[in-house]
Amino acid sequence: MSNPDTTSSAPLLEIRGLRKQFGDHVVLHDLNLLVPRGRLLTILGKSGTGKSVLLKCLAGVLQPDAGEVLFEGRPLGTADAPTLAAFRRRCSYLFQGNALLDSLTAWDNVALPLEQATLLPKPEIRARVRDALRRLELESDAARYPSQMSGGMQKRLALARALVTRPEIVLFDEPTAGLDPIRRNAVFTMIAHSQREFGFTAVVVTHDLPEALAASDRVALLVDGTLCFEGAPAEFQDSAAPAVAAFRDSASHLAGQIAAIRRGEPVPADLA
Amino acid sequence: MAGRTASPLGTSNVTPRAAPPLILMPPNAQASRADGNRISRPPSITRPAGMHPHACTRPSPALRLSFSMLPTTGRSTLRIVGELGDFARFTARGYTSAIGSRRLGRRLARAVYEQGVRCLPVILIVGTFTGLVLGLQGYHTLKGFGSASLLGPLVANSLVRELAPVLAALMIVGQAGSALTAELGIQRNSEQIDALETMGIDPHGFLVAPRLLAALIVYPMMTAFFALIGLVGGWISGSVLLPLPGSVYWSSVYKAIDPEDVGQCIVKALVFGGLTIALCCYNGFTAHRRSTTTGARAVSASTTRAVVFSSISVLAADYLITSLLV
Repeated sequence: MSNPDTTSSAPLLEIRGLRKQFGDHVVLHDLNLLVPRGRLLTILGKSGTGKSVLLKCLAGVLQPDAGEVLFEGRPLGTADAPTLAAFRRRCSYLFQGNALLDSLTAWDNVALPLEQATLLPKPEIRARVRDALRRLELESDAARYPSQMSGGMQKRLALARALVTRPEIVLFDEPTAGLDPIRRNAVFTMIAHSQREFGFTAVVVTHDLPEALAASDRVALLVDGTLCFEGAPAEFQDSAAPAVAAFRDSASHLAGQIAAIRRGEPVPADLA
Repeated sequence: MAGRTASPLGTSNVTPRAAPPLILMPPNAQASRADGNRISRPPSITRPAGMHPHACTRPSPALRLSFSMLPTTGRSTLRIVGELGDFARFTARGYTSAIGSRRLGRRLARAVYEQGVRCLPVILIVGTFTGLVLGLQGYHTLKGFGSASLLGPLVANSLVRELAPVLAALMIVGQAGSALTAELGIQRNSEQIDALETMGIDPHGFLVAPRLLAALIVYPMMTAFFALIGLVGGWISGSVLLPLPGSVYWSSVYKAIDPEDVGQCIVKALVFGGLTIALCCYNGFTAHRRSTTTGARAVSASTTRAVVFSSISVLAADYLITSLLV
């Protein structure tokens, strides 16, 4: 595989003044963010704060209403078709709901991006698909359809499809959604391991704080479509910013809130 | 009419002498009947001093209704024209994207199977009964004129010119068209189409092109099967169940069908195929754009819409083609 230059200091992706709204509802407000090359950046935030929308704008699935996304310094919004196609060949996207093609088997799902978007010879495609399935322990399930697999297996299959093209950047949309804690750890371990092994740049959207802090190189916090924090996990742990503290300490407040509810005290306004 | 002038809106207006200017009431601030006969007015709107109580200050109800309908009509017209443009662009992109699409053969074979092989039983059943009914009705009608021997041409011309292309298209829309709209709608809802885009695969080339091309292969074939089995149905009615000699029936059928009729039948089948499958693909592909519904209901609404529009378009196109070719 092509080994991207992970030592370059220039950001691989850059978001400038990004704004996205649906009707009157503004989801992202003038967002600025750098995605460093070869690192694992995690975007944290509560549900409905615009994390997935941000990721879709990065992938070009959604077009921003204002601002731009730059890939290696070149804006994607005004890019011509070949540039956009080249970006898509170098980028993979892991959807929250996996977005596996349910009419294709596991093997065909993984082979699909190689067969349709590259000019690789058939033996090379077969070797790559076999390797991707083996790495994610799906070799014996190659003939099964996604609907015949468990949620965890589907997630691994989607990851295999995302990695089989050996991308330079992988966008993960809630890769651990709906998984049990053991699988959650396994998925984050898998992402971190693959990222180190292949050297791709990873952007992970999640609200699983402990796993994200353990696996990430950089952390960003999105609150109501606005970027409230961007820095190293250690800085996030030490930050005294109210939004960061509220998100970080929400788990530790749980016991107190439950006890208060059992005492008959009113539910806090932000939970009601 | 001293003191009155006709307004440009067709209403009469009172020329003020010393009175303040008249207030044209907005449609939503009309006088409302609060009780029985007494009309109460919103407090902000008053009749100017010195004005005749029967002087008309507002457009007539019919005119107000016409004005209130203008924005709605304009919006609807723009939406329909915009959607027609979208549909035309979608169809053109579907056909052109077939050129660069890789491994099209396997997907084309699957589409031919879904639109053709799976619809064949329905086509054969409906074709048989259509021929049976045509034979039965035609025989008794023609017998009244002493022309029972013309049953063959009646059945053949009815089937080849009109019934086979129209009914075969409606059957394929009902079975394969609705299924493909629902499939594409679900793929749109579950982000499978977005996933194709992120993988650098053109969803038009991958999902739409094989179905459009399959329609051009399948529709003429299914129409031919329909016409053939319909002729057999006519023979069963006329010659097996009724006393018309089989040789008379088949020889008159052979003489009645000319190449022009067959050409017209093929043209109709191709147009119906291209039109209906494009409509079904378009409605499934754009299921997420339905503003009134989302999720499973959007898929269901898109499927209904696809079947209704396709059926109407088949009948409308049939009339147009017939009027052009006859």
